[in-house]
Amino acid sequence: MDCKSSDGYAGPRSEDILPASATAAVKVVIVGGFGVGKTTLVGSVSEIRPLTTEETMTQAGVGVDDLAGIEHKTETTVAMDFGRISINEQLVLYLFGTPGQERFWFLWNGLFEGALGAVVLLDTRRMEVSYDVIGRLEERGVPFVVGVNAFPGAPRYPTAELRAAMDLDPSVPMVDCDARDRASCRDTLLTLMRYLYTLTTVSPESP
Amino acid sequence: MSGPGPERTSGPQPPGNPDRLYILTGGQERPAATPQLDLVTLIVSRAESDTGLAPELAAVVRICDFPLSVAEISAYLELPVSTLTPLLTELLSEGKVEARPPVPAAALPDVQLLEAVMHGLQKL
Ligand SMILES: Nc1nc2c(ncn2[C@@H]2O[C@H](COP(=O)(O)OP(=O)(O)OP(=O)(O)O)[C@@H](O)[C@H]2O)c(=O)[nH]1
Ligand SMILES: [Mg+2]
Repeated sequence: MDCKSSDGYAGPRSEDILPASATAAVKVVIVGGFGVGKTTLVGSVSEIRPLTTEETMTQAGVGVDDLAGIEHKTETTVAMDFGRISINEQLVLYLFGTPGQERFWFLWNGLFEGALGAVVLLDTRRMEVSYDVIGRLEERGVPFVVGVNAFPGAPRYPTAELRAAMDLDPSVPMVDCDARDRASCRDTLLTLMRYLYTLTTVSPESP
Repeated sequence: MSGPGPERTSGPQPPGNPDRLYILTGGQERPAATPQLDLVTLIVSRAESDTGLAPELAAVVRICDFPLSVAEISAYLELPVSTLTPLLTELLSEGKVEARPPVPAAALPDVQLLEAVMHGLQKL
């Protein structure tokens, strides 16, 4: 779809324009290993064709070929897909699907700050990625739910086993999520919202 | 909040055209008083016209006819967020655009906000 105007600048298609009444936004971050379905999930529920935003990351590194061991900086451009759901006339929800290279997730300035929460898409073929990310979300106090995305041929484990492998707090919901299925993705997001709701309103005696 | 590493170089960067800023501020040092921009801060143009603006600034003013998040502007203009941010900072300080900050992230989101989001999701 061409969205360039005659003088060559890009902009939203008319159907992608937010009403002038949109006053505030919230965000949710979708994390998970390479190829687990993050982009697919965003596309399944987004009202706009998913877009890509970029950030330039500056990383310090010591070059292997650098005999003096001098620190130097490398610039890397990292791309992230995102989509949008208008909640009502005022409120907009943005969903960010993190890039495949997990080392960039927490370097992206302000990605997790202010996020309502995160969905960890769990790839049962590469569980160590999710294990690490769960630890870092916990460290940062970002609430999350886990969506198990079962690919054909991927190993299937009982939920209890997955939870144990992930060292998951018993209160954190874990649900199945087919990233291609809109209803399944919506339900996963609803699970996150309900979980946040319980965190906000929970009384100590609840089950 | 501490950054993820010692390498983080955030904070306001010099705008593209320091001379102009100098003129606009009457030559006074002005601390950057613009609000912190989030990926989902909504930006809306205020200016009726974008005449006299540098092309990259004019492009932002034009696509923000209606509210757009910083992430969307970055996507449409194909600019990294860290390149876009100083442009937005300049436009904000000149009053050409307005920023609508995200719902502030309290330690825990508020119940009414969550109810609204759940209601919106159920309609999907
Ligand atoms: N069977 C199955 N396939 C899926 C599912 N979700 C995604 N896929 C497929 O898996 C492939 C990768 O999906 P993406 O959405 O690109 O994954 P991603 O997490 O964004 O990948 P990276 O950004 O590269 O890390 C695509 O071909 C999808 O069609 C799912 O739930 N079930
Ligand atoms: Mg992707």
